[in-house]
Amino acid sequence: MSEIKIDDTVDITDVVCPVTFVKAKVALEELDEGQILSIRMNDGEPVQNVPRSIKEEGHQILKLDDNEDGTYTLYVKKVED
Amino acid sequence: MAFTNEQLERYSRHIILKEVGAKGQKKLLNSSVLIIGAGGLGSPAALYLAAAGVGTIGIADADEVDLSNLQRQIIHATKDVGKPKVLSAKESMEAINPDVTVKTYQTFVDSETIMDLIKDYDFIIDGTDNFPAKFLINDACVMAKKPFSHAGILRFQGQLMTYVPGEGPCYRCVFKDPPPKDAVPTCKQAGVIGAMGGVIGSLQAMEAIKYILGVGDLLTGYLLTYDALTMEFRKIKLPQHVKSCPVCGEHPTITELIDYEQAECDGVL
Repeated sequence: MSEIKIDDTVDITDVVCPVTFVKAKVALEELDEGQILSIRMNDGEPVQNVPRSIKEEGHQILKLDDNEDGTYTLYVKKVED
Repeated sequence: MAFTNEQLERYSRHIILKEVGAKGQKKLLNSSVLIIGAGGLGSPAALYLAAAGVGTIGIADADEVDLSNLQRQIIHATKDVGKPKVLSAKESMEAINPDVTVKTYQTFVDSETIMDLIKDYDFIIDGTDNFPAKFLINDACVMAKKPFSHAGILRFQGQLMTYVPGEGPCYRCVFKDPPPKDAVPTCKQAGVIGAMGGVIGSLQAMEAIKYILGVGDLLTGYLLTYDALTMEFRKIKLPQHVKSCPVCGEHPTITELIDYEQAECDGVL
């Protein structure tokens, strides 16, 4: 997979459910259609739930990287309704 | 304006909603609502709007908290008896949500004061307990082109409707004039279940929130009635445009605000 060009980054490792998803959702709202957000999140509950919730909102999940430090980075392409 | 993590947490159940999101929450934070009457209807309305993060809330009431108010006016506590209602209400709202600016008006709302009171607000909530005030609020909102929520409660019954300028009938289209004195008992004489204020005042807060967000359908052109004893809600369709309405009709005869004589009620709502 070629390198993903990121438009914005948000770190949700400083909050807990459900604010993890809320913080990611707010960051996505700031982007334009087609732009890409990278989201750094903790292992466990966030990585299990946040990608699924974002997918349910209609956005496109591009990739999930294991940072091998207990965190993951999710790459999401914004899709407007 | 970016949200703090604390705000994201506080408003998370709003922001998660597709119909609200960050944009909707910002609309709420930038909006202003005036509540006339800090009583049975105004209490739940004020508490929910403060909790929702409506950025500026005005509250108008001339009275002080009375022990007999506490059965239904849940924004006030026993320790507040004797305190101006607007002050007690402000303290409760600010305790719930420090994001909210509360403006207090310890004044009777009459033809002299109302236009100045409503002019800076996006939406008005009529939480008053008497017909002169209800007609005054209607006429002033029609003249100032302000949306408002009307409501009334008595015994086990409640009703509400929403007026939006140009989008349906006003209160006077439906109820032409105040009823004759003593034709309708005040709730001091007749009583009211406290939770009725909770049901109807919460619906008024919901109408204000939907208006600010611009989502869903408002109670414009409808009167919603609630009978707690039969547990029936009725949504009654109203005439969409009453040409002969003396205030919002084609040839208005009411062009100045009227102070009707008020039957004794002592702010019992």
